[in-house]
Amino acid sequence: MKPVLLLHIFLLYAVTWSFATIIKVHPAVNSIHHAANIAHSGDTLLLQKGIYKEHDIVISKKLTITGEGFPIIDGENKYQVFIIASDSVIIQGLQIQHIGKGSITDMAGIKIVNAKCVTIRNNRLINNTFGIYLQNTTRCNIVNNMIHSDAKDEINGGNGIHAWKCTHLSITGNSISGHRDGIYFEFVTDSYIAANTSFDNARYGLHFMFSHNDTYTQNTFKSNGAGVAVMYSKGVIMCDNEFVHNWGDASYGLLLKEITDSKIEHNRFTKNTVGIHMEGTTRVDVRRNIFQDNGWGVRVQASCSGSSFVENNFIGNSFDVTTNGTMMLNTFNNNYWDKYDGYDLDKNSIGDVSYYPVSVYAVITEKIPPAMILYRSFLSDIMDQVEKVMPTIIPDMLKDDHPLMKKLKL
Amino acid sequence: MKTIIKYVLLDLLKNKTILVYTFILAAITISVSGIGDNASKGLLSLLNITLLFVPIISILFSTIYFFNSVEFTELLLAQPIRRKTMLLAEYAGIAIALTIAYLVGVGVPICIFFYNLAAVILIISGLFLTLIFSALALLIFVLFKDKTKGIGAAIIIALFFILLFDGLLLSFIYSFSDYPIEKPLLGLISLNPVDLARILVLLQLDAAVMMGYSGALFKKFMGSATGSIYTVICMLCWTIIPLITAAGIFKKKDI
Repeated sequence: MKPVLLLHIFLLYAVTWSFATIIKVHPAVNSIHHAANIAHSGDTLLLQKGIYKEHDIVISKKLTITGEGFPIIDGENKYQVFIIASDSVIIQGLQIQHIGKGSITDMAGIKIVNAKCVTIRNNRLINNTFGIYLQNTTRCNIVNNMIHSDAKDEINGGNGIHAWKCTHLSITGNSISGHRDGIYFEFVTDSYIAANTSFDNARYGLHFMFSHNDTYTQNTFKSNGAGVAVMYSKGVIMCDNEFVHNWGDASYGLLLKEITDSKIEHNRFTKNTVGIHMEGTTRVDVRRNIFQDNGWGVRVQASCSGSSFVENNFIGNSFDVTTNGTMMLNTFNNNYWDKYDGYDLDKNSIGDVSYYPVSVYAVITEKIPPAMILYRSFLSDIMDQVEKVMPTIIPDMLKDDHPLMKKLKL
Repeated sequence: MKTIIKYVLLDLLKNKTILVYTFILAAITISVSGIGDNASKGLLSLLNITLLFVPIISILFSTIYFFNSVEFTELLLAQPIRRKTMLLAEYAGIAIALTIAYLVGVGVPICIFFYNLAAVILIISGLFLTLIFSALALLIFVLFKDKTKGIGAAIIIALFFILLFDGLLLSFIYSFSDYPIEKPLLGLISLNPVDLARILVLLQLDAAVMMGYSGALFKKFMGSATGSIYTVICMLCWTIIPLITAAGIFKKKDI
């Protein structure tokens, strides 16, 4: 009985010791600074509605900063606002706007430096250079923020969510638009990016460099300058995402460069100039995706190897697959191609003749892009037909031996 | 002039070839539109049909008709009528007949099945092709005295624009692929009305592919308002220049 009683007493004290006070903050000169100074670890700062013109607020204690009715913290286009240098800080319900541009420091609405378990949720970050900036952090949660800016070009803009050298991040439910890159990852491992919407960004919706073992799922990337780029990483899992309408002469739905042992499943690529562009990838599993109404469904460079394309739907793309050489070390199997015109005599719903997804005109325009001006002319149709009878130009190693007769239900 | 157009039209309707042409176009359009599960695929097939059939039929039929009605022409020329008026009236008659055939055969079904900008542009380019190739037929009629030679020339001209020109253009692209040839290409393409029509429609349909490297340049120009106006002016030139030339030659021609 005694140890239990002791435990009870201990717990009771523990509660009283950490009994957090709530400090109400009203708009005044340096009121947040002041509140952050007098607060003890574990306290809550309750920011009342209004406009606060404060900057470089360093949070070095475990505080919860909550806004009531979205109080506005304005950087006056000159400064940065929050710098979090303590573990377990929570920031919620604030509107942070007009962060300045710096050539020495990357100015951000909320900057998290060398901290763990920080939570940023339900904030609005408007017209900032960088929205949320994570630097050497672990186990941070970035949830349901609205991050919007109006970066005109790649040089002057910053990134919506910028993470450098972090692990175990969770970035969910954010809406990011008008930045340089929507979400930028460099040396970020074991992280989870889900249900975000990234659109109208000047460069990439999501930009991934040297970030291993990350998962991104159920995100929507729409109308970004160059789509999504995933580079120099291994063990990346991309599933249930939507890549829509990334149009332009150097625009891709998804750009993969030097990616190893990754999975791309259940995604939907619609109306992109190029659905997936693969360069130097190894063992990437592309399964059960929908490629619809793209200029090029998949562009697989000859430098890719060991990848497999299984059970995808290719519908209404101008060119389904294109490549830049004759060598093909990747496999295509059991896909549905709407351009397939073979037959199925044994009624097993798998076509009896192989399908060559690279059309002769795709090869020609890959070599000489201006030849696009003759696309779909009577001449190019004849060339396609001749090539079907006697393949000489198209890479004959790139074929689907088991093309499906019916569209997969995905 | 109006009387001549009226008689030419009446004669063409009696001829029934126009009716058959209309019927075939309508049958193809309806069957193609019914098959495809997506609209752009159906429109693409229709584009191919328009680019292939309209030039050949227009030029062949007009040439044959002009040569067959030589006696009617001679009879008319005995009347106090200007040669130019007479010739243009005959052209107008046959162009109107073919235009109506195209509108009924392709235009109406297209508007019923897929009513969008691409469809409208397809109809407009088809109409231009009809006008252009019947004007070329008039030029052939004026240039050649012999019917057989005339028909031969018509076939060659149609094949040239449909197939041969593109072949030459492709070999041009191949041999000069190391140079920035996008802009010269845009100029060269205006020399072929069939290509102009194709690109106008493709810009509406295959927009994503046209956004690729050099496609973007074509789209930037041809897809803009200036580009569209330029294309329409090119097509108009392709109609008017053969007509003026034909009228000029016919004026001095010894019949």
